[in-house]
This record gives sequence, C-alpha cells and structure tokens, in this order.
Amino acid sequence: MHVPDGFFDAPTSVGTAVVAVAGVAVALRRSSRELDERTAPLAGLVAVFIFAAQLLNFPVGAGTSGHLLGGALAAILVGPWTATLCMTVVLTVQSLLFADGGVTALGTNITLMAIVGVWVGWGVFVLLRRLAGPSRPALVAPLAGVAAFVSVPATALAFTLLYAVGGRADIPLDALATAMVGWHSLIGLGEAAITTLAVGTVLATRPDLVHGARGLASARPLEIRAVNA
Amino acid sequence: MGSQQGPHLHVEGDSLVHRLPAHTKLVGLLAFVLGVVALPSSAHLARLAMLALAVLVVAATRVPWRHVVRRMVVEVPFVVFAIVLPFVATGPRRALGPVTVSASGLEAALTLLVTATVSVLTAIAFAVTTSTRDLVRALQHLRVPDRLVQILAFMVRYLGVVTAQSQRMKVARESRAFEARTVRSWPVIASSAGALFVRSYERGERVHLAMMSRGYSGRLPVIEPLRATAGQWTLALTPAVCAVAAGAAVLVSGWGS
Repeated sequence: MHVPDGFFDAPTSVGTAVVAVAGVAVALRRSSRELDERTAPLAGLVAVFIFAAQLLNFPVGAGTSGHLLGGALAAILVGPWTATLCMTVVLTVQSLLFADGGVTALGTNITLMAIVGVWVGWGVFVLLRRLAGPSRPALVAPLAGVAAFVSVPATALAFTLLYAVGGRADIPLDALATAMVGWHSLIGLGEAAITTLAVGTVLATRPDLVHGARGLASARPLEIRAVNA
Repeated sequence: MGSQQGPHLHVEGDSLVHRLPAHTKLVGLLAFVLGVVALPSSAHLARLAMLALAVLVVAATRVPWRHVVRRMVVEVPFVVFAIVLPFVATGPRRALGPVTVSASGLEAALTLLVTATVSVLTAIAFAVTTSTRDLVRALQHLRVPDRLVQILAFMVRYLGVVTAQSQRMKVARESRAFEARTVRSWPVIASSAGALFVRSYERGERVHLAMMSRGYSGRLPVIEPLRATAGQWTLALTPAVCAVAAGAAVLVSGWGS
C-alpha cells in the first residue's frame, strides 16, 4: 500500500522526507560494505527483483489475492543497508514512472517501507538468530518468516503513529491502530509464509547469496582478477 | 523506449509537455503537488481549481485519455478509504441525505480525494511524457547521489528484462497445468520468487563483469547534459505558482473556501 499525496498534511510529508533522506544517506555509505563496488549493478537488479516479486499474485482463496511487500525478504537476502536502497529506488520508480504513491508522500513511503519495514524485519531476524545459537543454517528460512511477519504490522503501526501526528480527520486512534495492526497481521501471515519459502529456495540453490546466512554456509565469492597486458 | 522495454507508462510524443526538459518537469511536479497538499483543508474551491489545472496539464500532453484513466486504478484503495472515512471519523455530525456523517471526516475525505486525484493526474502527465533515460538524466542533473541514480538506472534498464523472465516462468508453470487458486499454490509461486531472485542476482553479476570489461569505473558518464531556458523553467513552474498563489489568496482573503 502506497500512501498518496494529500493523505498526510504538508509538515508530516516534509518531516518524513527529512527522515528518509537521512536514512538513505547513511545507507548509501554503509551499503558498500555489503556489496563492495559491485553495488550499483547488483542493487539495481535486486531492485528489479523486488519490483517483479511484488507483481506476483498469491491467491488467498475466494477470488482474492495478495502480493509480497518484500522489505524483510530483501533485508535477509542482500543485507539491510542494500535493502533500504533497493526499496527506496523501487518506491521512487513506482512514484515517478507509474504514478503509484504520491510524489510528496515519497518520503513517507520510504520511511515506512524502506526504513521501518526493512529494519524491523532485519532487527527481529538478527535477534532471533542470536537467540537460536550460532550455527543453525536450517533455522534461517523460518526465522526470516517470523521477521517478515513482524515487519508488516510494525509498518502499519508506524503508519498509525504518523496518522496521529499528521492525519487529516479525527479517527479514534485506538480503533485505527487496532484495525491497521489486526488487518496487517493477517497480511503478515502471508508475507511470512512466502518469505520463508522463498528464502528456503535460495538457500537450497545459492546459499552464498543469502546475506542473513553469511558465515553459516561455505561461500565462494566471485573473483575478479586484473590482467596487465 | 516505451512498450518493448517493459511496463512503462511513457508514450512517445511531441507535445509541449514532451518537449520540456525532464528536470524542469520533475521540479515543477514536486512543487505543484507540494503546493496543493499545503492548501488549507477548507479551501475546496481552490483545490477544485487545481484539479482543473491538472486536467489541463494532462490534456496538454495529448496522450489518449483511456491510457491515463487505466493508470488511475492505483487510486482505488484510497477512494475506498475516503468513502469509509466520513462514517468512522468522530466529531460533530452532519446530515448527508438519509445518513448522518462526521463533518470533519467528510471534509477530510473530499480533501483526500481531490488532492490524490490532482497528484495522480500530474504524476501521470510526468510519467507519460518522460522516458526512463530522461528521468535518469534529470536525477543526475538535480544532484541526486550518484550511486542512487545508478541503482535506479540499472533498475529501469532491466525492468523489462526481469518482468519478461517472470512472465516466461509463469508460462512455464501454467504449461505444466499449474493453476494458482488456493493457498496450496504458494510453495510453487514462492519458489518461483526465489528462483527469480537467484536469476536477477546472477544477471547483476554478469552485467557487472560485462561493464568492467568495457572500462566501467563505478561512475556513469554524463554524455548529453540537460539544459533548460528561462522560458522552459517558467512554463514548468506555472502550475506550482498557481497553487501557491491560490494558497496565498485563501489565506489572505478567504477566497475559494
């Protein structure tokens, strides 16, 4: 769900834009540790993957279907900093090339989905992985699912908090929070199932690509050798 | 670019809006929408005037309306929210036909609907008249951090390639009698998502190697810098100036409310 223009008042839009710019600036500096100088082409392709994965429809039954949000999935696959950048780019492209999500609400959308969604997912994942013990590769996929589950209602809660600050109508906040978190917990169940299964698939074929499983599987990095003629 | 390159909105054309340099359009779009969002919530008439202006901008692109209307479906969830809003919001009630609704909820719903429509229309006007290449050049010109622009450039470049791959995987699934109807189909779709990730990532590695072998140093060179005349800036910023003027008029004299 992308927040459109006019949903929040102008000060909230500007405020979240400042948060988004700060978050993305830090992510730009830190992401180089996750993907080194290959960042741009690889992160670009990961961003396309998120975009394409969001287009995959998951039937819920009775003719309705949902789709992946992908914040936690991206964080676990490529690391949280790169995931923040990729989600930011996906949201920017959706807003500017597809008119999906308001242009002045871009800061809000980045704050909610590229920062809160990614980092809550990553935080939960790291915490659980630490609790589970050091070398349990079999647990990575289920833990990724739990992280994805938590990240969705957490994003909804952040949205509710923003609404309390800059919303346009007086909706009773406890009712809004209950409705948003309740509904998004259901969505989170789907997100969890899909994230678990997708991470499991990648672990089965290319375990070295799963950032969240780094150090658990034997990785063979791509070597680039310079040849001086 | 256009249709073969992926599901972009861009339509080739030679209208006034098409000819404006992309960076002026982007700044004009942002300033206009911000101006409309900042209008006082009681200024319904001013907001409707901005809606008319947005319709004019879309008309000036000379893109067929059915193309525009098809894109407006992105607004649907918020139309639903706006319809529900007057019934769930609190505060003083007022009669609306046979039912009573919240006055502030009704006002917020109208504000949301008109503002979101103005912005979706203007954003569509930007998207249909700006090629992905020009968007990348505009962001470069506006000093967006280089690495972010590059990620975006690679994303829009491979958008069509990866969505086509995803489509081929869908055809492959369906030609094996797969039907996505219930939750039981999730493992299949999720493993497709996993495979799509591996394929995208490996494509990224190949693209990187290919670029390295062609002398890529981590920067994208600017070959044709964008230039805009004062007249083009004036034209691109006209809607924004109108929005700010309308806002000022409302604040000073109460016009439009």
